[in-house]
Amino acid sequence: MAYTVSRPKLTVSERMYFPAIASGLLITIKHFFKMLSGKREILMQYPEEKWDSHLPEHYRGAPTLVKDEHGRERCVACQLCEFICPPRAITITPGELPAESKFAKVEKYPEEFKIDMIRCIYCGLCEEVCPEQAIFLRKDYAITGLSRAEMVHDKKKLYELGGTMNGLVHKWNPLK
Amino acid sequence: MDLLPFLIISALKTLAIIFGVILPMVSYTVYAERKVSAMIQDRIGPNRVGIPLTLFGFKKDLFFQGLLQPIADAVKLMIKEDFTPAHVNKFYYWLAPALGVAPALITLAVVPFGSVLNLDPILVPLGNWFGAKLAFGPIPMVIADVDVGVLFVFAIASVGVYGIVLAGWSANSKYPFLGGIRSSSQMISYELSLGLSVIPIFLLIGNLNLSEIVQYQITNGWLILPFSWNGFNWEKLLMWIPMVISFVVFTVSMFAETNRVPFDLPEAEQELVGGYHTEYSSMKFALFFLGEYAAMIAGSSVIVTLFFGGWHLPFLPDGSGTGWLALFWGLVNIAVFFGKVALLLFFFIWVRWTLPRFRYDQLMKLGWYFFFEIALANIFVAAGILLFLPK
Repeated sequence: MAYTVSRPKLTVSERMYFPAIASGLLITIKHFFKMLSGKREILMQYPEEKWDSHLPEHYRGAPTLVKDEHGRERCVACQLCEFICPPRAITITPGELPAESKFAKVEKYPEEFKIDMIRCIYCGLCEEVCPEQAIFLRKDYAITGLSRAEMVHDKKKLYELGGTMNGLVHKWNPLK
Repeated sequence: MDLLPFLIISALKTLAIIFGVILPMVSYTVYAERKVSAMIQDRIGPNRVGIPLTLFGFKKDLFFQGLLQPIADAVKLMIKEDFTPAHVNKFYYWLAPALGVAPALITLAVVPFGSVLNLDPILVPLGNWFGAKLAFGPIPMVIADVDVGVLFVFAIASVGVYGIVLAGWSANSKYPFLGGIRSSSQMISYELSLGLSVIPIFLLIGNLNLSEIVQYQITNGWLILPFSWNGFNWEKLLMWIPMVISFVVFTVSMFAETNRVPFDLPEAEQELVGGYHTEYSSMKFALFFLGEYAAMIAGSSVIVTLFFGGWHLPFLPDGSGTGWLALFWGLVNIAVFFGKVALLLFFFIWVRWTLPRFRYDQLMKLGWYFFFEIALANIFVAAGILLFLPK
């Protein structure tokens, strides 16, 4: 059934347009002069001033790989992040650990770990799905490059951005 | 005046006014548009483009509050790829930008932008140096002092709509086409009230020549003001009422004529992508942009000339006479004129960042139901006042 939207009943001054236009012009000129006199200081000159120190702990910046406190890489190349990644930005080449290693034939390691930052949508599913607590979204947000190849973060770059993460991180069940 | 000096002086005036005043004014109006809009919306606006001194080994860049932004814009627009889509009607596609920019510049030919300029203090020593006799006497600061004046302005300004209509039609694409249609119907509904609204002025002054209109305002006070410089005058006070109505109708129609918000239906970024210039790029797009702002300047010039006394400011002498002082006052008159134009341009920008766009039917209604009738009735009011209050 048709639903009739009742139009507001306008007063004579509203129908004349001009009083409303005048009051609108008054509002904008007030903002103009407030800005002109420098009374409004809510702005940040971006490249010189940054919001970085105020970023919250849960900020989702660029995904990175982290090492543990002994300098060992946490990633075991299980490829869960690769499979869950919605835009398919992650490519992992798993490799076998050398025979002399204690965990040979038990674990894998990533021979190559690539995240295409042109595709990445910063959703954080890789961080959530990782069983080894190896991939985290850190606070870097200005990811730039001059070519497509430059925008693909390889393993070296990912560890460089990630750094180390000590101990167990309670990312699913925060400590009460 | 002989033919050759006349031609030389006219050419020099044209070049000086277009390349010395109008084009810089257009680019800095764009800058002002961005800056004022930013400040109205509590932003800062362009403040980066300056002189990159660090490239040459200095410690700091100079920003100048982004005052060089228009130059960067112009360079960008000129070196961009000039892309012509395959599906356009090439001839009209190339013709339209020229038709968009030319009328706005031609309109300025009849507008007196200063009193007279006596360049003899500079030219006579220069002529002596070359061994020639160079003395032009006071040069009137209007390129073409024609008696049809305002009619010429209307005739040429309405040609500007062809640029938009041709652009919309030749692009062979739906959004530009809609923009072109809107522009033509908008012109039909506003040209009438634009023309009718200034008839009271002609009834009062009895002349179409814009220089004469300015002269009348110098002796009898600006038309927008209810008093004159030389004493109280009933006729002036009563004529103030139709003059204010004329001013409002004329200014609103000028907004529509120059496609400014709230009547920017042919462009309407939110509805029509880019309106009539959707398919244009590079310098052809820049020409439309330039034409729009040049039309704004031309419209403001006409409003200033008709209602705000042109180059006249009370108690300032004009540039007639000889010597350096006359030259100085002549330049001051030009500065006063463009100062008034700049204030009106600020008003144009201010309105743009305040009001929402009119809907298509609202615009038609406003044009045909209200401004046409108001302008028509205003003529009779003015005529009645002039009839019953003889001098």
